[in-house]
Amino acid sequence: MHTELTDTEIIKRILKGDQAIFAILVQRYQQYVFTLVHRFTDNREDAEEISQDIFVKAYRSLADFRGDSKFSTWLYTVVRTSCITFLRKKKLDTTSIDNERTALQLENRESGFKANAIEQKSRHAMVNEAIRLLSPDDSQLITLFYKGEQSLDEIGRIMGLEPNTVKVKLHRARNRLKEKMEKHFSYEIKELHND
Amino acid sequence: MNTQQPMEDRLWDYIDGFCSPTERSAIETLIAENREWQQKYAELLHTHQLLNNSELEAPSMRFTKNVMEEIARYHVAPATKSYINKNIIRGIGAFFLTMLAGLFVYVLAQFKWSGSSSSTSGPSLRLPSVDNLGLEKINYAKTFNSTWVIAFMLIVVVMGWMLLDMYLQQKKNQSAKQS
Repeated sequence: MHTELTDTEIIKRILKGDQAIFAILVQRYQQYVFTLVHRFTDNREDAEEISQDIFVKAYRSLADFRGDSKFSTWLYTVVRTSCITFLRKKKLDTTSIDNERTALQLENRESGFKANAIEQKSRHAMVNEAIRLLSPDDSQLITLFYKGEQSLDEIGRIMGLEPNTVKVKLHRARNRLKEKMEKHFSYEIKELHND
Repeated sequence: MNTQQPMEDRLWDYIDGFCSPTERSAIETLIAENREWQQKYAELLHTHQLLNNSELEAPSMRFTKNVMEEIARYHVAPATKSYINKNIIRGIGAFFLTMLAGLFVYVLAQFKWSGSSSSTSGPSLRLPSVDNLGLEKINYAKTFNSTWVIAFMLIVVVMGWMLLDMYLQQKKNQSAKQS
């Protein structure tokens, strides 16, 4: 069965000319890629377009995947470079990686939260919203660590950082996330504690 | 055990399983005995669990189909290492090494070497002084700050790259014709 194939086996078959089997890799990683990109870009339509480009890019340069890392680690490197290129095109400040997103975006979100205040937000939606309030780097770090199944070494490889630096940045990112949740979702957190 | 490390960092290491067994037992004791540590641990653990249980976002239903339609127009590009000719890299390296060696020889040739007669223990070489190199005659500021010189150097570099590109293009066309 196709779904039983490992990433390496799939890649070998693609390189031999079986293009259709690439669909398995797309299905396997589309949620990871989309989540990472969406947390980077803020806009669903943009995220979908960038994610699509990422898979096309990955397909075209599949011969460059040497197999010395996991396919997901290699793919997330493509995700990162594509997102940075997108942000540069949008003239967002990507040099100061710890900068928070603009106040305007935050205000828009806050008004959105207030509009939905009556509706009890699900736990997942709240965490996702809070992560999106972080800087692109913080949100990527958290996503890679918790959802991308990447070790500190692998995250370091993706982000071009030393594993120890990744660890420190991860601590800080989580602390910032905690602050964001306390600030913007205090009601929901209280409810969660009461559950 | 690193007691200087902030409490939060130590607790995160404990939660993530990154700390040593000694540090682990030390933190366990602190959590059990210290109320402040206990509270902070509960807070951080809650955040950790929320993140662990968070869900991935899904793109539209047509996503895979869109990607497959898009890649149908392309082929997998050959691996980068297959079309980078190592001889060209070696050639560029040799060119720069030759340039450096030439510069080195030229600088050495400018020295005015002279033997020392003060010592009787054997021949010795007096190192050249800045005075006898004649370097003071060169007006560096004028030479290297001149816009014309910089423009000229840029043009030379661009022309060099253009020539290299033309050469590679020619090679590519030849190999395409042969195949």
